[in-house]
Amino acid sequence: MKYETVIGLEVHVELATKSKIFCSCSAEFGGEQNDHVCPACAGMPGMLPIVNKKVVDLGMTAGMMLNCDINRVTTFDKKSYYYPDLPNAYQTTQWFSPICVNGRVDIETSNGPKSIRIKQIHMEEDAGKLVHDDWSDTTLVDFNRTSVPLIEIVSQPDISSAEEAIAYLERLRDLLRFAKVSDCRWEQGSMRCDVNLSIRPEGSDVLGVRTEMKNMNSLSAITRAIKYEVARHTRALETGSEELVQETRRWDDNEGKSYAMRNKETAGDYRYFPDPNVMPVVIDDEWFDRIEKSLPELPEVKRAKYIDELGLSEYDADILADSRALCDVFDAAYAVCGNAKETANWIITECMQVLNKKKMTADMLAINGTSLGQLIKLVMEDKVSRPNAKRILASLFDKDIADVEEFAKQSGFIVSNDTSFIENIVKEVIAGDPKSVADFKGGKEKALMALFGKCMKQLKGNANPQVLREILIAEINKI
Amino acid sequence: MKMYIAQTEKSAKNIVVDDMILTTDMPTSAGSKMLDGYISLFQAEAATKLTDAGYKVYAKANTGEFNLDLMGETSYYGAVETDGVLTTAAAKAIKDGEAMAAVTLEVNGSSARGAALAGLTYVKPTYGTVSRFGTIPAVCSGETVCVTAADAATAKEVLWAVKGHDDKDGTSLPQEKCVFDEVKEIKKVAVAKSLMTGDVTKVEEMKAKLSAQGVEVVEISAEELLLAKSAWNILMSAEVCNNVSKYDGVKYGYRTPNYTDLDSLYTNSRTEAFGYLTKSVILFGSETLSEANYYKVYDKAQRIRRVISEAIAKVFGEFDAILAPVSSKSAYTASEAVANPYMAYEESLYIAPAMITGLPVVVTDGVQLIGPAFSESSLLALAEKI
Repeated sequence: MKYETVIGLEVHVELATKSKIFCSCSAEFGGEQNDHVCPACAGMPGMLPIVNKKVVDLGMTAGMMLNCDINRVTTFDKKSYYYPDLPNAYQTTQWFSPICVNGRVDIETSNGPKSIRIKQIHMEEDAGKLVHDDWSDTTLVDFNRTSVPLIEIVSQPDISSAEEAIAYLERLRDLLRFAKVSDCRWEQGSMRCDVNLSIRPEGSDVLGVRTEMKNMNSLSAITRAIKYEVARHTRALETGSEELVQETRRWDDNEGKSYAMRNKETAGDYRYFPDPNVMPVVIDDEWFDRIEKSLPELPEVKRAKYIDELGLSEYDADILADSRALCDVFDAAYAVCGNAKETANWIITECMQVLNKKKMTADMLAINGTSLGQLIKLVMEDKVSRPNAKRILASLFDKDIADVEEFAKQSGFIVSNDTSFIENIVKEVIAGDPKSVADFKGGKEKALMALFGKCMKQLKGNANPQVLREILIAEINKI
Repeated sequence: MKMYIAQTEKSAKNIVVDDMILTTDMPTSAGSKMLDGYISLFQAEAATKLTDAGYKVYAKANTGEFNLDLMGETSYYGAVETDGVLTTAAAKAIKDGEAMAAVTLEVNGSSARGAALAGLTYVKPTYGTVSRFGTIPAVCSGETVCVTAADAATAKEVLWAVKGHDDKDGTSLPQEKCVFDEVKEIKKVAVAKSLMTGDVTKVEEMKAKLSAQGVEVVEISAEELLLAKSAWNILMSAEVCNNVSKYDGVKYGYRTPNYTDLDSLYTNSRTEAFGYLTKSVILFGSETLSEANYYKVYDKAQRIRRVISEAIAKVFGEFDAILAPVSSKSAYTASEAVANPYMAYEESLYIAPAMITGLPVVVTDGVQLIGPAFSESSLLALAEKI
């Protein structure tokens, strides 16, 4: 018999807020254990939750990017369970009225385009982390991640293969990164995925027995896990090798196998009820409109615009449109200098080189695009030489420079138009290197390059190469 | 009885707070072995406001465990009796002339009963007008910081010091709502027949006093008020069950020496540290919130909460206040309260209507007057007059 696979994904994404969801502790990744902790997120009695509005902003943004309806009145609920990494013994989440419902993500696979429906997006707080110390054989708890804001994006069971699952997750990641909802880093746990999977005879409309694999943290692991589970389910149905039960399974990526978790770890009645300490969040028109206006163009719209309107190559447009940070810097710089190709080159070649040196990714590009535009303009107008422009660019990474021309002047990076000044330097250089002059006159073209280099060095790069070359030849010919 | 004394210097400005209000210079234990000796890293907004206004928070009064009981009989530190009669530690401190007033967290009526049976004046303000920041959470949707004193003027003075908007409490009302200075003369008072059970002598006395003052007193049926007890007990249990689950022996508070794994750490810590009433509330609350019962029980109780609010609003369309008893008896002994754990559930009949709706209450001469939201000034003015 032929079977079809039915997959629904629950994706957890940590939101890119500065502070936690209900207190002012830093939500930044990393830090020493229990550095980002206060009485509220450590579950001490007497602290009351105050909703971080930025979390709601990003929840709405995510919903709008994924074509959801936004619930204008959204509430927080308590989900009770005991675990040492959950200091309150309840997680504040959204059960009864999540912020977003009924969305859609469009994907493209080898089978063509397809829409994956989103059931809902809800906001909630993350839990802490248990760290086992083998030396003392004790388990310690780190509350740094406790109460870091998350959204959980729940899809409908519309996904029918590992390929579709990956296409969906990649699209989700692109959209959320582009809208600055999250940095979506699998390796840091800011994007995680639960896979719900069942199989059924092709064409059947009855769902099979579903298993869930929790906390998957890489696309390759998800692919392997889905393929393994499909094979296991198929074998079970065809040969009766095992009886399928609804359960939560743990995926061991090293062994390439899934294991049933103890029932005790998974069976739970979470006793959801509305949190009386958090008033319903009411999203008025003004708030809604502000978020709607802040939405970015979709990456593919940007890409098309770069190619069709600005004449960039597909290669350049692909690189830029892959990162919101690059797009933002590009758009701002282009608006100032008006040369798309030059701007793209400066970002893709020069800026990326600096980022690479700093071991940073494209998303971390945080220079002022307007300043970059001014710099490019100065180069195009021959006011600053390229080597000196690169030096100025390095400074743009360290500080915000509002007036780049002024900065270039103060740093001595403005190209000299004073030909008598250049002539004097050239004369000095020629006088100091008669051998090179003789070599050049004897027909050695290379000797001119040596003299040119010496002059440029004396001029600190502040000369138009064409002008310098002409003056140099003229002065040599005078001898 | 155990009372923490922060400083022994006698002062006319001495205020006692109860064991649910966090202070940094004295332990706050919620009357529970679970939090025996717990010292908070931060203090309650109410305590800060008292200090800022020049009062001295000089001592911490014992309470029943999480303030759920009749009048402190479930406390880990023992009940307080005066002449063989159960009283609250806060009321005793005022009666003994130690404190000018008590600021306590009203959770399930023990502060009101303590005041009524000791003949003191008590005011529970409208929900949201006094910050709950820094109070040990039990029934967050209803519990309110309240004030008890020997007379209405003192109660008012201290309430005015602690009330006001607080950004640290998401349920705190805007500052303009926390100003309720206007005094409206109370001309018409309703007596809800449904609450007139048990010993009603004090209510009858009050009716006579009010009539003598020219206040019209009318009996009404208002049967919806009878629903408040069951609904309140459901909501109370659910919220307490959830709020005390953080006391698990992992982070702070009592940890059993008898454990072999995580489950036995949880189970034995909680079994050994919680008293019988808290345990019964946890079990009941856990049941009401279970997947099978949520809509049948908890959600229905929330709907009844609205029915009661609407019924009372209707009464206030015609009347200025509702007069009712505070308890079914005029005195209890500690031993009878301990012997009958149901008493705390049963006695909530009288205070539940105001707890579930968050309406203000003034207790005076052993009875309660429930008023519309923000009518504290009017209720206290009447209490001062009679």
